[in-house]
Amino acid sequence: MEKVLIVRYGEISLKGLNRPYFENKLVKNIKNVVRKLGKLNVYKLHGRIYIDLEDYDIDEVIDTVTKVFGVVSVSVAYIFDADIDKICDVALEHIKECIEEDGVKTFKVETKRANKNFPLKSPEVSRKVGAYILKNTDNLTVDVHNPDVIVNIEVRDKAYVYSRKIEGFGGMPYGTGGKAMLLLSGGIDSPVAGWLVAKRGVIIEAVHYHSYPFTSDRAKEKVIELARILSQYCGKIRLHSINILNIQKAINEKCPADEMTILSRRFMMAIAEKIAIKRKCSALITGESIGQVASQTLDSLLVTNSAVKLPVFRPLIAMDKIDIVSLSKKIDTYETSILPYEDCCTVFLPDRPVTKPKLEKIIKSEQLLDVEELINDAIRNVEVIEVEIEF
Amino acid sequence: MEVYLDNAATTKPRDEVIDIINKSFNECYGNPSSLHRKGVEIEKMIKKARKQVAKALGANDGEIYFTSGGTESNNLAILGALEGNKRLGKHIITTKIEHPSVLNVFNALKERGYDVTYLKVDSSGLIDLQEFKNSLRDDTALVSIMYVNNEVGTLQPIEDICKILRSLKNKPIFHVDAIQAFGKIDFSLKRLNVDLLSISGHKICGPKGIGALYIKKGTKIKSIIFGGNQESGIRSGTENVHGILGLGVAADIAQKNLKGNIKKMNILKNRLLEGIKEQINNIKINGLVEKRSAPHILNVSFLDVRGEVLLHSLEQDGIYVSTGSACSSRKKSYSHVLKAMGITEKEMEGAVRFSFSPFNSQEEIDYAIERLNYHVKELRKVIGGK
Repeated sequence: MEKVLIVRYGEISLKGLNRPYFENKLVKNIKNVVRKLGKLNVYKLHGRIYIDLEDYDIDEVIDTVTKVFGVVSVSVAYIFDADIDKICDVALEHIKECIEEDGVKTFKVETKRANKNFPLKSPEVSRKVGAYILKNTDNLTVDVHNPDVIVNIEVRDKAYVYSRKIEGFGGMPYGTGGKAMLLLSGGIDSPVAGWLVAKRGVIIEAVHYHSYPFTSDRAKEKVIELARILSQYCGKIRLHSINILNIQKAINEKCPADEMTILSRRFMMAIAEKIAIKRKCSALITGESIGQVASQTLDSLLVTNSAVKLPVFRPLIAMDKIDIVSLSKKIDTYETSILPYEDCCTVFLPDRPVTKPKLEKIIKSEQLLDVEELINDAIRNVEVIEVEIEF
Repeated sequence: MEVYLDNAATTKPRDEVIDIINKSFNECYGNPSSLHRKGVEIEKMIKKARKQVAKALGANDGEIYFTSGGTESNNLAILGALEGNKRLGKHIITTKIEHPSVLNVFNALKERGYDVTYLKVDSSGLIDLQEFKNSLRDDTALVSIMYVNNEVGTLQPIEDICKILRSLKNKPIFHVDAIQAFGKIDFSLKRLNVDLLSISGHKICGPKGIGALYIKKGTKIKSIIFGGNQESGIRSGTENVHGILGLGVAADIAQKNLKGNIKKMNILKNRLLEGIKEQINNIKINGLVEKRSAPHILNVSFLDVRGEVLLHSLEQDGIYVSTGSACSSRKKSYSHVLKAMGITEKEMEGAVRFSFSPFNSQEEIDYAIERLNYHVKELRKVIGGK
């Protein structure tokens, strides 16, 4: 029998006149990611999106589609000509599968009748199907309040039977929310921060800093891999890889040792902003979270924030590390993030970094450097890498 | 210019090795266990490779068993010999500076109830024969000591150990990890009285994924892998045909060129050493350089320089070396070998290993010295600024 994937979207349906724009974007995004699986038929119908499953690997399709932002949930449904006897048979077949796979003991039937020409009303269909299932199975009972499984029947131009709902991440279709520049490191936080903002429909570009040969090529490969994981959700990501060794050397030579990190952070923000403006991004994204490290105290954030004018999104700002970690596991970046290669050589890590920097003092230190020239020089040597999902 | 000075990590396969591997993929792709002609043909070639390896080691064909590499040879030697000689006792001896493929087997055996002696080494990486003698007991079942240390190149007194063991009434099994010695120093099993000896293919310009274990005739050993009883039941699994043929050729050539290669590598090593000493101050040589030292390994600490940063700096100039430590902001991990030799943290941080092959040239060494001098100076400026 033919199967179809029902794809539900939530927030979009609240949109007014813009709704078709959001829906069409979502359809386009889904089409874009399922391309790697084959020529699947994806279409919009009665306020949902459908994908004909044909002979494709269902788990693979589900795994791919639930990663698309804007998708609230999906269900695999049987689809056939609406006929009450046929509905009974398919529902019975389906619940037998549920018994076998999940050891289901109680059930309930729910019917939606959109096709008002269908001879039976919704409660009548439910009753009839429920009775048919009870008659043809052993040890199965009805529980209308807390069933192990709900058999959903929808009667439209065709009939649909399904039960399990697999949740997606929700959010807004990627590409409907403008563009922002993510400061992506090899750590746990920044990929999660980028993912959260991308989930609101914002296109992500990323900038990454390294200090080769003081750091290893493997650190860069790790960041590329993280961008690749993010690209499963966002499609192509443009990664700007910047060597800041000369900046670190200059700070190291001329400025107080305990200000190394905070001064580097200001440079990173400034460089990111410059590239962001050039790439028409309207915000920066960082993985900062209050108090996590010395450069993320409120005093430090004030100092780094004042290096730029663009808004800086910090979606993790009030999150605990443990929650960030569990989110990074959910989106699959964790295992890569914990690989050992460092973005910053220990040579440049002060033993006791400032935790309560004063802006005036930091700016004074900064004036010892040729900031403009150092920034331009770093940007001149940018390496741009287009990261994509591998087909 | 590309200057590959990391030959203790792995070597570039020789053309002759690549040729025979191509042949085994393209023409002689049979399974040696097959009854038909395709099987017989390859069986013959394997026989020849076994002979080549045996000859290079000074052993008999029947004493060579092919494995998946040095790690498996070491595991099979230690675990298999103990399993096959349970009556010998529960005490085993090794050194603190073994390769992880020996050390971690001993650590696992310790957890399983074996009494383990880890011999100390002095500041040059040598064990103390007196300490070794004192550690021997009536229930010592196995001794495993490496021939050449992979990080500093120090040679252990294997002949002396053999002599000490020979005088014992309850003689333990003696295993030698010769992975860094084979093809690099002149030894023959005809003159060495060891029971088990491990070698690896890719350290001698052969392929990766192949090694061999020498098992002296009469040594009881039990298999640690079970299957179709290939390699006389010692190492089941369809033979790694291309690896075996490649190892045979590499071993043959390494043996034939041994004396010339040693001389050549010694010249390269001394040239680099003299160049470094002359041009760069504040250095320390780890291990020995002349006697009791392999010709292909030189380990030098550049003080006030991070080995890893120096490695990446040299890499930019096409020079490839390796380090004795990995730097990470969370923890510093130092080489267990350098630690056992009592090298200070500061010295370990700046330790770099250069390892040679006969394919390196004197021009390459001169280029390396010049670049080393430049980068060490540059890096010291940065650290000095701190």
